[in-house]
Amino acid sequence: MSNAETLLDVSGLTKHFPIKGGFPISRTVGAVRAVDGLDFQVREGESLGLVGESGCGKSTTGRLITRLLEPTGGKVVYRGQDITHAGRKALAPIRSEIQMIFQDPYASLNPRQTVGKIIAGPMEINDINPAGGRENRVRELLEIVGLSPEHFNRFPHEFSGGQRQRIGVARALALEPKLIVADEPVSALDVSIQAQVVNLLQKVQQELGIAFVFIAHDLAVVRHFSQRVAVMYLGKIMEIADRDDLYDNPRHPYTRALLSAVPEATVEDTPRERIRLVGDVPSPINPPSGCRFRTRCWKATEKCASEAPPLVQVEGNKAGHLTACHYPETDDVPSPRLTKSPRAAA
Amino acid sequence: MTPPTPSAAAPLEVTDESVVKSPTPTTNQGSESRSPGRLAWKRFKRDRAGVISACIVLFFFVIALAAPLIAKLYGKDPYTTYASQRPELLDAFSYPAGPNGGMSSEFWFGIEPQLGRDVFTFLLYGIRTSLGIAVAATLLTALLGIVIGITAGYLGGKTDYFVGRVIDILLSFPSTLFFIAFMPVIYGLFVAPDENIPTWLRAISLIIVLAGFGWASLARLLRGQVLGLREREFVEAAKVTGASPRRIVFKELLPNLWTPIIIQSTLMLPAFVTAEAGLAFLGVGMIDPTPDWGVMIQRGAQFYTEDITFMLFPGLSMVLFVLAFNLLGDSVRDALDPKSKR
Ligand SMILES: Nc1ncnc2c1ncn2[C@@H]1O[C@H](COP(=O)(O)OP(=O)(O)OP(=O)(O)O)[C@@H](O)[C@H]1O
Ligand code: SF4
Ligand SMILES: [Mg+2]
Repeated sequence: MSNAETLLDVSGLTKHFPIKGGFPISRTVGAVRAVDGLDFQVREGESLGLVGESGCGKSTTGRLITRLLEPTGGKVVYRGQDITHAGRKALAPIRSEIQMIFQDPYASLNPRQTVGKIIAGPMEINDINPAGGRENRVRELLEIVGLSPEHFNRFPHEFSGGQRQRIGVARALALEPKLIVADEPVSALDVSIQAQVVNLLQKVQQELGIAFVFIAHDLAVVRHFSQRVAVMYLGKIMEIADRDDLYDNPRHPYTRALLSAVPEATVEDTPRERIRLVGDVPSPINPPSGCRFRTRCWKATEKCASEAPPLVQVEGNKAGHLTACHYPETDDVPSPRLTKSPRAAA
Repeated sequence: MTPPTPSAAAPLEVTDESVVKSPTPTTNQGSESRSPGRLAWKRFKRDRAGVISACIVLFFFVIALAAPLIAKLYGKDPYTTYASQRPELLDAFSYPAGPNGGMSSEFWFGIEPQLGRDVFTFLLYGIRTSLGIAVAATLLTALLGIVIGITAGYLGGKTDYFVGRVIDILLSFPSTLFFIAFMPVIYGLFVAPDENIPTWLRAISLIIVLAGFGWASLARLLRGQVLGLREREFVEAAKVTGASPRRIVFKELLPNLWTPIIIQSTLMLPAFVTAEAGLAFLGVGMIDPTPDWGVMIQRGAQFYTEDITFMLFPGLSMVLFVLAFNLLGDSVRDALDPKSKR
């Protein structure tokens, strides 16, 4: 899949939310640097996982790609077309190709519309008239996502969270998109239902060949779903690699810490020591100088504070495995200040 | 980010509680859909007080609409001074000669003191005028509130700031006082001080003034709701598929705002009825000889020490109407927004 055409090319993407303040005339007094220079590509039919703790800018990234938000800087190129600052009219033809699945299955469906209307809405807006009529297509979509076509006339409040998320998936599929941005599509669901929805998305991805940007806050969900994984921290990508490279050979301390939090059962190789990240994510209003992870990194040195590590293919990485760290992890040399918790606690 | 303003009526909660809880739709239920509207109607029908109030309110609207027909069948009108042709109807002090304010099989509700008009038709037409003005004012207020509130909430930024300040100013006015002061000014805009003010002008001015001050609270409520809804993911979902702002406002936002709009309007209408009557009572609204609820009460206040009957009919009917409408408003709110029930 690695030689497929690049669908989405993001470079230097930034989003700073201005902070207004001051009295009586409000002015900009600062900025939330929610996304601060991202570079990544998504190839056709590929699923890219975007992982990071809460508040690190994952949703903002998703909204920038779907152009719900206007980027402050950088470039978003979709199939060779620069859509960074495209207006609603200019975006119109692309709208049907990039769709989104939202985190909250309760807020993402209009409570006053029937399921049929919700799913037919995108077709109506884009004036698409499938053979056999829109209603037929909606029934078809309902079947694809595992709901009964008879649910056509029902309202969202008559469904469970998992079912609603399936409706959201059906809506995203209605326009036969090439790329779907899924913003934590299962994190609001019961654990027992999460797997079902992930399986559905997987089926959709494989059978329809749709590329995904799959946002999640832990590495466990993404592992089954994504061919490539990017780890984000405070608006920047810390490490990006093919799935197996990342899980088997994490080079960034943060990736390592996240991986150690994944339940043992899903990690087949030798049990790792559990790394507890201490402290909170610093504020994106005033991120740490140099490496953003340094305030919580057990290997931080002077250099980390003064010099931001570039996202590069460090020594020992396979092609396409990029890491932003001055002192990448290696398996055989355990880091000096690594805090090991007793095995019993793991 | 602007936090969604919590407001009196949460429009989004479409809950089932109090209506038989059904399991997930996979169970066989036929294809009957339970739309939020239908659920609300179901809840409303189970509310006794609400249904009774609705009947009373409906009754008032029917007689107001049918006033000319009823008057025709009854054979009298509200303008004729029956006592001038038949002086025996009034006594030497110009009070109704008969007992109970002159109530008889001919004059069902008696005769007006002094002028000797028929109370029954006067009241019928009075209700007609008052309700007409109140309904028109409510519709205009709702329209203004909806347009201004949604625009401010959806556009945000400078528009929102400007509208917000106007609303603040309007809501800080002592409106009753302002009505009294302002009505003559409005009349003065259209007619010279020494001319007679035509009835239609009075009615239009009343509607404009009531709506001019009334829209602010609805607009503020809707603005808050829109600010909250705008950030909802279903609006973003519509945007992602390329929906125009027009479509978002009409198809995504507005259907979620009908609940607060209806609730606010049902509270507004009886308030307008009393306000209109109050202005007539104070002599700046409708005036004699236009039949009007407020005018009647004002006339009644002049002779209630001698003839309480004349005061009784407009007074009681208005209390009944306003009470029923307010109860109806409560029931409508409970039905549309069951979470608000205490
Ligand atoms: N509209 C906005 N205005 C100002 N700040 C914002 C806005 N949206 C997001 N932020 C800030 O940007 C940062 C990143 O937010 P974002 O929602 O992208 O995080 P996230 O990674 O999706 O987190 P979560 O896992 O909690 O969803 C946060 O600090 C957030 O407070
Ligand atoms: S650059 Fe330094 S602070 Fe940042 S992750 Fe690497 S070692 Fe830690
Ligand atoms: Mg998020």
